[in-house]
Amino acid sequence: MSRFRNAVVSGLVLLLGRGRPRPEKDPSRIVPALPPNPAAELAVLALLGLSALSALGFVLVYAFADDLPAQNQLLGLTIGGAFIFLAVALIVVGLKLVPTEEIVEPYPPFEHPGEQQVLAEVLEESGSRFSRGGLFKLGLLGAGGALGLALLTPAVSFGPLFQVKQFLSTPWRRGRRLVDETGKPYKASDIEHDNFYLAFPEGTPDQGREQMGASLIVVRLPPSTLRLPPGLRDFPADGGILAYSRICTHAGCAINMFRSPLFQPDEPRPAFVCPCHYSTFDPATGGTVIFGPAGRPLPMLPITVDGKGYLRAKGNFDEPVGPSWWGVRMYRPNP
Amino acid sequence: MNGRVLIGAAAVALSLLLASSAAAAPHGKGTPKGRLAARGYHLYGEYCLSCHGANASGKESAPANSIGSGPYRTQQRQRGIAPSLQGVGALAANFYLRTGYMPLAHVGLQPRRQPQQLSDGQVRALVAYIASFGGPKIPRPQPWRGNLSQGQALFTEHCAGCHQVVAQGGYVTNVIAEPLRVPGMDARTIAEAVRIGPYIMPTFTYKALSERQLDSVIRYVLWAQKPHSPGGWGIDFLGPVPEGLVTWFIALPLLIGFCLVLGRRLRT
Repeated sequence: MSRFRNAVVSGLVLLLGRGRPRPEKDPSRIVPALPPNPAAELAVLALLGLSALSALGFVLVYAFADDLPAQNQLLGLTIGGAFIFLAVALIVVGLKLVPTEEIVEPYPPFEHPGEQQVLAEVLEESGSRFSRGGLFKLGLLGAGGALGLALLTPAVSFGPLFQVKQFLSTPWRRGRRLVDETGKPYKASDIEHDNFYLAFPEGTPDQGREQMGASLIVVRLPPSTLRLPPGLRDFPADGGILAYSRICTHAGCAINMFRSPLFQPDEPRPAFVCPCHYSTFDPATGGTVIFGPAGRPLPMLPITVDGKGYLRAKGNFDEPVGPSWWGVRMYRPNP
Repeated sequence: MNGRVLIGAAAVALSLLLASSAAAAPHGKGTPKGRLAARGYHLYGEYCLSCHGANASGKESAPANSIGSGPYRTQQRQRGIAPSLQGVGALAANFYLRTGYMPLAHVGLQPRRQPQQLSDGQVRALVAYIASFGGPKIPRPQPWRGNLSQGQALFTEHCAGCHQVVAQGGYVTNVIAEPLRVPGMDARTIAEAVRIGPYIMPTFTYKALSERQLDSVIRYVLWAQKPHSPGGWGIDFLGPVPEGLVTWFIALPLLIGFCLVLGRRLRT
């Protein structure tokens, strides 16, 4: 017990007993000795303490006050307060505690004033051996340009320039069933008018969601409204069930809007709309672009109905899936 | 003298009414039996007949030049005026009248949500009249039976493409997807809209979206009226990517500008 009291007393003495100025003249000092400023010191300590409290407050709000209505504001106040108190403390230190004295040291005079002219002359005259300056510059330009090209070449790995084969394979094969996002196979009778369905290939891990060519958008249209181009006439199943790639041919976003007019004279025809740039595709004419920046039709998947009424793919898409690239029209997906 | 004129006018009006109902009789069944439906029949003549036609049979094959394009017409090419209402049932009539979609100001406009234009009694009468042609009843959703997280998943898959993930509404080519975060949004309106698919919205039948699933979706939409907000400027709950854009392109330049101002004042 007495040891504890001793510790407390000695601590208090240490804390409070420093206020006495110690007159100390040291002629060897560079910075002049100024008297201590206990008030400023105390203020700095208080500000640092407030900063620490604010930071701890941030931790507490972050950890425990998850359901407060103004959690964001409290987080901002506490962390901002921590920074502001710290900054004010440093300002007080700079203004009140650190002695400020400007010592001006003049630059030395230039040692060799004549040499600058000589140097300029040397530079001027040393170019006189080049008789074909233009060609020389061209050579320099060539070397520099080639070096720049070499440095930029790795950027080619970011996108397809020569290797497009990977975009021509999709998980769709003849006979593969169409399933929904939970893996349940679609029957032809599940597909109703005026609605749209997302479909994936059966038997791929996680419904093949990671693969660009996997996801489909499926609709049923009245057969009389279809005006498919000759190559796509046998692509629909059950008369009017059409399956298109869900990936927009413009920038590769997933199409998730279907315009399905209730009263066709008002809003003419059903259409898929991409949410990114509003490319609009007409499912009745083979996915042709009727609005927006997309440059080629939506790839269509040939489908059929099997003996048990399930929807199955008849092959691969008619066009490469995904955003377009130079020469995309020269390729067909792998069968 | 005045009384005689009044009686004469009434007689003329009555004979006109009889003549019109007699003319309509071959197409449909004329004045319905119930008192409410009969009142609705007359209101129909007042507010709906000019577009939806006699006996709610619609005007779908009117020639294009019968409407033309006048100073208030936004739709130039117009082959039909209004769809048939036979068989749409009380569900659709109730939805369109209570949301203020109908009566429409001009043919060819997209119906937008606005205050209900007819009185409650008039709406009930018109609904009864349209229901006399058959069709689905007004739904009675029970959102408290739904599952909020399942509702969010369903909403994200089926609705968020157009209506945005917190039902903020958005744009589809040429039309506006109505915002669902509006004062007075209720479960019945959502249920009706899902089953009808108004304007260009897809139609979700009982097979595509079961009653229980619809309850979940409605619960989510009602929750989204006032989503959990941790405070601050939520930029209307548009999502983390727009929030990041605000941080990078608005907040950060402001901070940098503030730092520059601070530095300039201390330097001098």
